[in-house]
Amino acid sequence: MLEADNLECVRGERRLFAGLGFKLEAGELLYLQGRNGAGKTSLLRMLIGLLPPETGEIRWRGEPIRALGDEFRAELCYLGHLNAIKEELTPLENLLAAARLAATDLSEDAALDALEQVGLAGREDLACKYLSQGQKRRVALARLVVDRRALWILDEPFVALDVAAVDWLAGIISAHLQRGGLAVMTTHQPVDIPAGTVRQLRLGA
Amino acid sequence: MHNIVFAVIARDLRLALRRPADIASAVFFFVIVVSLFPLGIGPEVDLLRKLAPGVLWVAALLATMLSLPRLFADDHRDGTLEQLALAPHPLGLVVTGKVIAHWLISGLPLALIAPVLGIQFDLTADALLVLTGAILLGTPALSGIGAIGAALTLGLRGGGVLLSLLVLPLYIPVLIFGAGAVDATVSGLGGEGHLSLLAAMTIAAIGFAPWASAAALKIALE
Repeated sequence: MLEADNLECVRGERRLFAGLGFKLEAGELLYLQGRNGAGKTSLLRMLIGLLPPETGEIRWRGEPIRALGDEFRAELCYLGHLNAIKEELTPLENLLAAARLAATDLSEDAALDALEQVGLAGREDLACKYLSQGQKRRVALARLVVDRRALWILDEPFVALDVAAVDWLAGIISAHLQRGGLAVMTTHQPVDIPAGTVRQLRLGA
Repeated sequence: MHNIVFAVIARDLRLALRRPADIASAVFFFVIVVSLFPLGIGPEVDLLRKLAPGVLWVAALLATMLSLPRLFADDHRDGTLEQLALAPHPLGLVVTGKVIAHWLISGLPLALIAPVLGIQFDLTADALLVLTGAILLGTPALSGIGAIGAALTLGLRGGGVLLSLLVLPLYIPVLIFGAGAVDATVSGLGGEGHLSLLAAMTIAAIGFAPWASAAALKIALE
């Protein structure tokens, strides 16, 4: 479903990687590893179409993602380093606004349910600026609970989470894979995700 | 397709209402700058009437500029701009929503308060009406053109000054025809021609500027 072919990444004067390719099918997880600066985030940004690769091509369901455009983005869920939540809005408003902008259906009940799952029950109506770092991250992760799009691209999803939350998130990702979804993620901490096929890709090795 | 435009407008308006100080500071800036002129020049009615259109328009341009650096910068900083760029819609529509929201927050309040300020310059009722109409018609063009500058300077250190240098020269046509409409009314020529040109500039700016801004934003996000 997701294929990358002969990708090359140049940032500034440096070539981070070249000749990189992989194939990912439904229900598979790709673990990106590598030291800091190896180009993990750059590769993720290529996969979501924000950074054009120097050479090579990325295909989704056999079509180049640049040609697919909106169709590809409708099936894509990206969670970056930044939480992409608005400090002035409450967690509930953030979740509903994000869903509306991504053109996915989300009822208020489903959103409240998702916030309860990430442990923010009782804080739905508190502006996000009053939340701690970990809680803000949980607001961002609540998007994943309700997301049913096929491809998840996650950049360091386990950062700033406590042990219980790491286990919970691993469960969310494996449920996504069992539904036939795909996931690509980077992480520095080894997390055991109970899922079918886990592929590994090491950058800069 | 148009849902995304309304979704962005609704989100930006809600954010702006949570921070009313930002709207208020631009409006107060406008009020104070405009009010300084009659105080500095003194009660010479003929001179004031001549100056009024230019003063009000220059103050409106500067007040619009105040909020421009933050048009995309806030979304860029917290990562929501990436999410907007990844929404399954053309980025130009998202920016259209942001431009309209920016006008509702910064341009519309100026137009509403302008006739009150015009009284200080002893403008006639006709001239006040044309002044309000001209600011209503012209400020969306300011938001649209400003969005291009805001997108081009996104992520630059000291981008605010560069933004003014980029955008203010492009505001000159709006300034000329905006102030000209009021001048023409005061001198009895009628301001309809100027107002039509302002409307044309606004339509062009709202139609094209978001797509140019979107192209600049994509480069900034790489």
